[in-house]
Amino acid sequence: MSSYQYRHYPYRRPPELDGKGKRRQVVIVGAGLAGPTLALALAARGVASVLLDEDDTVSNGSRSICQAKHSLEIWDRFGIARRMVDKGITWEQGEVYLQDRPIYHFNLAPEPGHKFPAFVNLQQYYVEEYLFDRCLEEKLIDLRFCNKVVGIRPGPESVSLDIETPDGRYALEAEWLVACDGVRSAVRHLLDLPFPGEVFHDQFLIADIRFTSELPKERRFWFYPPFHPTNSVLLHRQADNVLRVDFQLGRDADPEEEKKPENVDRRLRQMFGPDATWEHEWTSVYTFTCRMMERFAEGRVIFAGDAAHVVSPFGARGGNAAVADVDNLAWKLARVLAGSSPASLLDSYCSERRAAARENILNSTRSTDFITPKFPASRAFRDATLALARDFPFARTLVNSGRLSVPTVQPGSPLDTPDGDSDWLRGPAPGSAMVDAPVVNGAGGFLVDHVGQEFTLMSFAPRAADLPGLPEGVAGLMVARGSAAPAGWTALHDRDGLLRQRYDGRAGTAYLIRPDRYVAARWRRPDARELATALRRATGHG
Amino acid sequence: MADGASGALRRTLNLARPDEVYNAIVDAHRNLDDEQCRAFDAGLILLLVNHVGDADVIREALAAARLSLNGGSRAS
Repeated sequence: MSSYQYRHYPYRRPPELDGKGKRRQVVIVGAGLAGPTLALALAARGVASVLLDEDDTVSNGSRSICQAKHSLEIWDRFGIARRMVDKGITWEQGEVYLQDRPIYHFNLAPEPGHKFPAFVNLQQYYVEEYLFDRCLEEKLIDLRFCNKVVGIRPGPESVSLDIETPDGRYALEAEWLVACDGVRSAVRHLLDLPFPGEVFHDQFLIADIRFTSELPKERRFWFYPPFHPTNSVLLHRQADNVLRVDFQLGRDADPEEEKKPENVDRRLRQMFGPDATWEHEWTSVYTFTCRMMERFAEGRVIFAGDAAHVVSPFGARGGNAAVADVDNLAWKLARVLAGSSPASLLDSYCSERRAAARENILNSTRSTDFITPKFPASRAFRDATLALARDFPFARTLVNSGRLSVPTVQPGSPLDTPDGDSDWLRGPAPGSAMVDAPVVNGAGGFLVDHVGQEFTLMSFAPRAADLPGLPEGVAGLMVARGSAAPAGWTALHDRDGLLRQRYDGRAGTAYLIRPDRYVAARWRRPDARELATALRRATGHG
Repeated sequence: MADGASGALRRTLNLARPDEVYNAIVDAHRNLDDEQCRAFDAGLILLLVNHVGDADVIREALAAARLSLNGGSRAS
């Protein structure tokens, strides 16, 4: 079926089976998108982890294919985002059709000067392969295939795990356990934790096909197309000339019948016409749920990604939210383990990422309700919106075929310092993700290349003498003409003036940026006390 | 353009949070039967029409909505 060559990664006998175990700082369950990303983010901060996966290969099927800009920025720190961009399909535009005519065109990247595009489409198995490759190079990551968690005993100081392997069962003790083991999380089940939410009954058929004719690069979505007149169809291009066609089937379809190759081919033939040729890569019939755990942490067990929250696929908010979860978690967990922040810092992981999950569920549920209306009035408003869309621009905006993933705003986080100055014309406010811009520092590059491992203070002070005092452990970025900068500071040249524009940077303006590239505070001219207070708060001492 | 449009009716978006407003309208119909939906919509339209107040705008909206019935979808 699939043209992708599934590699089987080697299982190695764990040392614990021979009595050589010791307590680990972090054990991560699940090597999907979130688990390896967390392990790499921890390793970049000097924290060792054991990463457990119950099988020995990457994702079965293309699954989460739309890798968003903010995920690519996170993976870029491990040196693998360029590989993803090179292999994947970059797209920023989308077209929505009603029957056979286009009614709405969107462009997700309205401005130039960002290192990464809005989206790269790449099959999940490639993303996992690149993550695994990096994890296997990393001494601080102990990646264990064919290691299945079968028991958990949470304690006040640590968590004990029972793990099954081809060589038998062993016990592992962890200071912190992070469950990244997906929607059917074994960790969640073993701890008998609820996963409340909403079940959707509409069925969808995914047909991944390898195509030889010319392929569209933009996302296409049809309501009532001539080739599937009763429902909707979504089309995405992936790497290796693979197309993802997603047919809405309705509630009453028989999944076994629909999956039969001859029935899939009949639908595809109607869509692509008599001359097209293709081979099947992967076929799946799915329904979905929107669910969220009540708490993302129970004592020393932390949940991330699909294990903690799931959404409908409309909007690419599953995999990308999982990556954002662990990026939020990694620096906090590293600080708690190093003793530089209290364990209560992790409470902000739960509150910030629960707020993000709520926003993702709200957006994806609205898209789902638009695409699959659940009662007659809902369908009437949807169809009226579509009917008005051709003549009325306002109605095109209301057409909701998925509101695509952007970094969620986390307003009111206890880590943020609200604006004191009120004259901001634009720029990311505290609780918002930082915005990229081109900068020159020696060879050039982008702002995202210079922010990320620790806290960063970016200052628009005109001269070195005007820079604020740099608190300990904070990297300084000085937006300046020259390349000379005092100790602790890096000079960045605002090549196109976009930094000043995007951050409303005036003489003295400063932004305090968290390791996960969210803005913690900003000022027109901060004094040492304001800086210290904001940093204390952002590190959980506030 | 709808035939005979005088241009008084706003065609571009006039909502700060369009998805929120759209879903509020749809949700307001939840658990209403067909007859209740018609009664609800009639009340809602009269309230909004009075708020708009401009007879030209209302006439133009009536024509546009009527026209959209013909260009509408063939929902099952």
